[in-house]
Amino acid sequence: MAAKSIISRPVYGTLSPQPGKHHLFIADAEGALAIGDMAERAPAGFFEGAEIVFILGSDGKHVAALEALKPAQFHLSPSFASLLPRLRQTLANAHMGLRLYLAGTEGLIGQAMQVALEAGIDHTSIQTEHRGSLARRMQCVHCKGITENVTTQPATCGHCGLLLLVRDHYSRRIAAFQGVCINAEDRSEIPPMEEIFR
Amino acid sequence: MGITFRKETFRDDFTFKNSPEHIKRFPFPFHEDAYMYAVNIEPHVVGPKGSVLENLIDVDEHYVAEMQDRALVLAEDPLRCQSLPHMTLAGWDLLELLMEQQALGYPEHFTLTRDGDRWRWINRPLGIDDTFTFGDTSTLPYGPMEYITRQSQGDFCILDQRDGNLWMDAGMVTTQADWSLDFDIGMNFFEWHAPVPLAHEKGIFVRALKFLTNIQQGKPARRLNWTMTINPRLDTSPENYHKWGPDRATVTPENVGDKVHLRVELQSFWRLPRSNGIVFPIRCYLIKMDELVTQPKWARRLHRVIRDLPDELANYKGLTRYRLALVEWLAKLDDGSATSPGFGPD
Repeated sequence: MAAKSIISRPVYGTLSPQPGKHHLFIADAEGALAIGDMAERAPAGFFEGAEIVFILGSDGKHVAALEALKPAQFHLSPSFASLLPRLRQTLANAHMGLRLYLAGTEGLIGQAMQVALEAGIDHTSIQTEHRGSLARRMQCVHCKGITENVTTQPATCGHCGLLLLVRDHYSRRIAAFQGVCINAEDRSEIPPMEEIFR
Repeated sequence: MGITFRKETFRDDFTFKNSPEHIKRFPFPFHEDAYMYAVNIEPHVVGPKGSVLENLIDVDEHYVAEMQDRALVLAEDPLRCQSLPHMTLAGWDLLELLMEQQALGYPEHFTLTRDGDRWRWINRPLGIDDTFTFGDTSTLPYGPMEYITRQSQGDFCILDQRDGNLWMDAGMVTTQADWSLDFDIGMNFFEWHAPVPLAHEKGIFVRALKFLTNIQQGKPARRLNWTMTINPRLDTSPENYHKWGPDRATVTPENVGDKVHLRVELQSFWRLPRSNGIVFPIRCYLIKMDELVTQPKWARRLHRVIRDLPDELANYKGLTRYRLALVEWLAKLDDGSATSPGFGPD
């Protein structure tokens, strides 16, 4: 994470068991390890009231470890997009006492939080833990297109092609960092592209 | 007699300018020969006749042209006007406030008549005469906030107050100094100010929020903010930065007086009666250097302010590329003599 950042930049914590009736975990990649670490601190029987949803990576890793926690429900999704209809219904039908835990890449945490906000869940009540890639989800302020997995500074907009400065300014509503044309004043200035969000 | 509204543009051929009377009423934002952030908030009370504070909602000679420019921006990009679902009531609050204030200050141009919930609004400069039911959105051609802010100069942000914070949950933002409503909508006070340098460390936003969350109905407050803009362009949005950014590279020693504009925001803060929200009008005033330096005190003072501005602030305000040319141009008008205290010209 950048040494000096700004207030709109999300800050992630460490998952910890919360009082509640139902616990919904959404994770991708090494986020599974965060759930595993939390399980060691969780009271006995905690996962009997839990649902774990895991976005399956191409390597198939972490599945066995999560299953071993014996959650009441365990669901694998091939992608976040494919999870969306299920997640929306789960949140729409949720009662008081649901606790949400998000772990893994920033893109996953941000997008899951976006859906939770739309369902009326306060963002400060959501447990988050960042693990794995620092790749960013970026919205181009000019064309409004979202480019996933941005690892460079500056980065090229995948929609309109402008060269964008990836800012730390972050919108929970859009679940993205803001990208602003880096050479708008003089298009002939082309700063070197560095891989900094790994 | 009413205001003579100028026919002018804020884009393409940039025919905007201020009449001599409007130069004198320009809200020059520097009360001393230096500038640093401060919580410069004061009660928004009526000021001297002939000043921009003569009425609490100011309508001036640029009104019609500004509303035409707003309509052009919205046709290109409807996302400049957004209101989250819980903000409709606050929109009605704002409609009431702006209709009342404009009709109060400029009865020759605006008339509001009320018969219970049946309201009739006449806006003569824009040729509008509408009768509607207050509180019933289906009786207006737009939502209440959009309807009235298409007829009011300045940008408008409506802030919801909850959890001890203010949330940017609705707005009409087409004349902004490089920030995006579409990106910032839904953020709290600290989050949408996150990119501002230096001020967080100085505790400015903590104190400002404390002040704003305590604003009472009928007791609005105000502050001035400023930046500079090349050409009299109202729409300096980040959305269009790739279109207006190149203007900054066009400043030469010969064209400083015509191209470089001081851009002052008169920001006011009003408690809304039904929604308990805060509306935050950001009224933008532009003046080109040639017009500004007709007031010698302003020329001397602006020279000293721009020359001595911390680099970080100059950078944030986007002055870096033309700052040297501007300072050299202004230096010729600064004989080093003292400037009198206060904002006004001598």
